[in-house]
Amino acid sequence: MEKIIANKTIEINEEGYLTDFSQWDKEVGTALAEEKNIEMTDMHWMVIDYLQGKHKNEEALSIRGIKKSGKFNIKEFYKLFPGGPLKISTLIAGIPKPKSCI
Amino acid sequence: MKNLVILGAGTSGTMMVNHMIHKLDKEEWKITIVDQYKTHYYQPGFLFLPFDLYKTKDVKKKGKKYIPKKARYVLQKIDKIIPEKNQVKLEHEYLNYDILIIATGTKIAPEETEGMKEANWQKNIFDFYTYEGAKSLRDKLREFKGGKLVVHITEMPIKCPVAPLEFAFLADSYFINKGMRDKVEITYVTPLEGAFTKPKATAALHHLLEEKGIKEVTDFDIERVDYKNNKIIDYGDREVPYDLLVTVPTNLGDEVIERSGLGDDMNFVPTNKATLQSKANENIFVIGDASNLPASKAGSVAHFEAEILTDNIMRYINNEPLKEEFDGHANCFIETGHGKALLIDFNYTHEPVAGTFPFPGIGPLKLLGESRMNHMGKLAFRWIYWNMLIKGIHIPFVSATMSKKGKKNG
Repeated sequence: MEKIIANKTIEINEEGYLTDFSQWDKEVGTALAEEKNIEMTDMHWMVIDYLQGKHKNEEALSIRGIKKSGKFNIKEFYKLFPGGPLKISTLIAGIPKPKSCI
Repeated sequence: MKNLVILGAGTSGTMMVNHMIHKLDKEEWKITIVDQYKTHYYQPGFLFLPFDLYKTKDVKKKGKKYIPKKARYVLQKIDKIIPEKNQVKLEHEYLNYDILIIATGTKIAPEETEGMKEANWQKNIFDFYTYEGAKSLRDKLREFKGGKLVVHITEMPIKCPVAPLEFAFLADSYFINKGMRDKVEITYVTPLEGAFTKPKATAALHHLLEEKGIKEVTDFDIERVDYKNNKIIDYGDREVPYDLLVTVPTNLGDEVIERSGLGDDMNFVPTNKATLQSKANENIFVIGDASNLPASKAGSVAHFEAEILTDNIMRYINNEPLKEEFDGHANCFIETGHGKALLIDFNYTHEPVAGTFPFPGIGPLKLLGESRMNHMGKLAFRWIYWNMLIKGIHIPFVSATMSKKGKKNG
């Protein structure tokens, strides 16, 4: 379905995740973050860059993977994106929600 | 003489040796199966052991009994797999293979979480994913006088992903039957967003948790167990206190996979999800919990994989292209307490939905709804496991790929 944000029309799924990454830009990211009551700082963008990099390489994302990468502190990650950091940060980054298989 | 070597004689390995012994010409092929343990456990029974619903003898048998005489059964530790040489190094010998089947499974690793396997492990922190753990928990529950019981999942993936929910449901029944349910506060703690990953099943299971007065804490990624103060703490500093913690620790693939350099960061072997061939080596196939397939780690999945893998190995031997047949089919009973159970049937692309199984309209089993018939099905399953499943005998009317028949809006 369509969503109008940051003066753009983007395609999102029922959970609010972008279905077309090419529609993402920093303004869209900032606006999505605002909807989640998050004000983006350099630290936030560093995480977003990392996640987008992994997505481009088609690498799966998990808390374990992020911990092992040593790129940033997990507790810091939780402070930056409170309430389910992986699902929130990926939404802001315009990439799909990591699948947790059952 | 060509060699088929199977590593692991658990559910998957035993099924494969029984399938392949009938397919391969014994003049041409020698089949060898290796395991370090002589006991074969019926792991679904570990759920019932803590509640005195099964006895210890119900869940274990001598593994050798289920291996065909014409196969060579080796009771030895596996050191490592050497794919460049098509060899496996065991403790006391080397085995050469033309085809290797990895069936080394998954096990719990409580030491991966800070504070879990310390002074209070098996004192007020228990697992029920091992025989010893389930037995110790049984003894603890027999004397439990009341307090906070926390049922917890450390991280995904775990084998038998519904088992922790079943444990919570059975605990509710157990304490009601003992006339002490009001003395126990049961909380279900999961890293998932809900009781399951898919909406219809999550709604059904959440409803049951609510009905039984079981609290839910979701999105909980445990950082550590504060075992001195009896609480689990997540990375966001949320705390859940407990008097008795029943946890499913991190599940990892066997260390032999790590030693062989064949696994991902959880020691699971990267495997083609539709053909079951390993991604790194064309003559190595993977079945069951040892793979990295985005499917449940469950016996039912391994059973469906076995039928498809057998066909693909035969195609490989005959230089035919492999068929991308496996669809991630899983079929799971979920015990809900008081003599009832749910049944879910799903695959890679279809979430569990309501309906009947295996026959549309008739059933006799109800999908995504509680029934006593489903519970009987779960109990009957133990007989089916020992007498049909691990012997490689096809279960009638249940196909390896998921059927859409009988499902509502499937």
